[in-house]
Amino acid sequence: MGIEEKAGNLGIVTTTLETVVNWGRTNAMWPLLFGLACCAIEMMGAQASNYDLSRFGMELNRASPRQADLMIVAGRVSRKMAPVVRRLYDQMPEPKWVIAMGDCAACGGIFNNYAIVQGVDEVVPVDVYVAGCPPRPEALIDGIMMLHQKVMREKLSGKKEAPIRLEQPLVQVK
Amino acid sequence: MAEPITVPTPQQIIEPAVAGRTETMVLNMGPHHPSTHGVLRLVLELDGEVVVNVAPDVGYLHTGIEKTMESKTYQKAVVLTDRMDYLAPLSNNLCYALAVEKLLGVEIPERAQIARVLLTELQRISSHLVWLGTHALDLAAMSVFLYAFREREQILDIFELVSGARMMTSYFRIGGLAYDLPADFIPTVEQFLAIMPSRIDEYEDLLTANPLWLERTVGVGVIDAQSAIALGLTGANLRATGVAYDVRKAMPYSGYETYSFEIPIGKNGDIYDRYRVRIAEMRQSVKIVQQATERLRELGPGPVVTSDRKVAPPPKREITESMESLIHHFKLWTEGFKPPRGDAYVSIESPRGILGCYVVSDGSPKPWRVHFRAPSFINLQSLAHMAKGRMVADLVALIASLDPVLGEVDR
Repeated sequence: MGIEEKAGNLGIVTTTLETVVNWGRTNAMWPLLFGLACCAIEMMGAQASNYDLSRFGMELNRASPRQADLMIVAGRVSRKMAPVVRRLYDQMPEPKWVIAMGDCAACGGIFNNYAIVQGVDEVVPVDVYVAGCPPRPEALIDGIMMLHQKVMREKLSGKKEAPIRLEQPLVQVK
Repeated sequence: MAEPITVPTPQQIIEPAVAGRTETMVLNMGPHHPSTHGVLRLVLELDGEVVVNVAPDVGYLHTGIEKTMESKTYQKAVVLTDRMDYLAPLSNNLCYALAVEKLLGVEIPERAQIARVLLTELQRISSHLVWLGTHALDLAAMSVFLYAFREREQILDIFELVSGARMMTSYFRIGGLAYDLPADFIPTVEQFLAIMPSRIDEYEDLLTANPLWLERTVGVGVIDAQSAIALGLTGANLRATGVAYDVRKAMPYSGYETYSFEIPIGKNGDIYDRYRVRIAEMRQSVKIVQQATERLRELGPGPVVTSDRKVAPPPKREITESMESLIHHFKLWTEGFKPPRGDAYVSIESPRGILGCYVVSDGSPKPWRVHFRAPSFINLQSLAHMAKGRMVADLVALIASLDPVLGEVDR
């Protein structure tokens, strides 16, 4: 049930270089171990036993930005923290992607005040926005899958696509 | 009289080092560091690997929550309290609601009181589980994290059942609860209670007698009772030094005086004792939840918000029948209620220590000032006292054992 079956006994597979590179990038994405606020707890939840993010090859969180290629901005970014976020982003090697997790990181959320940056896209370029306050682990995983699809479509010429905004999931009131 | 304990500022450490007056090394830890539990920045003064001095630099998560609350009506400000201590949103809701209720002088129905105690105790367990998981993770015990989050998810499912949200519940409103508990609430809680004691045993099997764990925690980060009180340490960190102070016993609220539970205390005030105290607290919380569940069952259905129409809106069906109810409803949602001029302070025992809320009213529908006594913030000032003379690796264990939540520190 693997690649052998698909290739028959030819021993040769034809594909494009872009597909192979993108396939490799999506299946071993190393997120930066970077939590800011409430959303970081849900991000931990996504990595813990029930949701198990390692199913997508993403269990290896790197604390050093130099070893990471995905930044999940999980939580509100204050004006004091914004330069730090930018510096961490600059320290990450190319290619790199950013997920803005939660309403605060996407647009400031409920905190429209003097202290909070109104969306982390003022500081770093964002690839996928995940809505929710905080988003459920399922929503984060959905955002990650969306990013994987986006990376699969990337060209080696390095031209980036526009950001994807995930719609707010419908809430069922009991 | 003992020497007064001072807390250093980052400048006091950085300036002499920059001027070249010291032989020690200054190292920056955070705000991006995996074991600072958020965005805490520590300025360390090191002699080799020994910590000479440490100064916390806070404010990287400053959200302006207290200031924003001044521009919301009392009822709408509840959602902001959730996001303060994000490991225990219900404790924050409760503290704020109690303070405003004290200002208003409203009576809360019995069913709402019991539900409040029950849910805050579940919240205490879930908060301690995150502490346990991350504390163990910091000391390289990965599996405890996976075990702890398994049970935490179960508690979050209960919160989702009652409020529709996993974390930011905003379920305790001023005057009672947001809405009644669902029908399958009690069986779900009982299902959880049936397994939880054995799961706590499981965590203890992994850590309590584990030689690696003992090596890293016993005798590390010791603080005596006198210094702990002088530094304003509260919660499990204070109780680990042998001081049996718990607001639930000392100044009971929401009917805690009617529940039977004990206050676990430690002896040595080290990291291991803090671990033992929090584990024992989880067992006590299970006991309280058990009692509360029985009471809910006995009490049966009933009102969950106060009958004071000036504070809580009337039931929906009354609006179609009574003009007065319609006016009340309209006034409450367009304007909000107006507490009398004055101020109120209420403190509760949050998972991290004494959480206090001070509300000042100028007679308008919005609070004039809201201030929180955040236990994480005050506990953090004892860090320098405990870390001096220890290794950097011990500092990592020490931060985790204090259980700070940076959202609450910076607010």
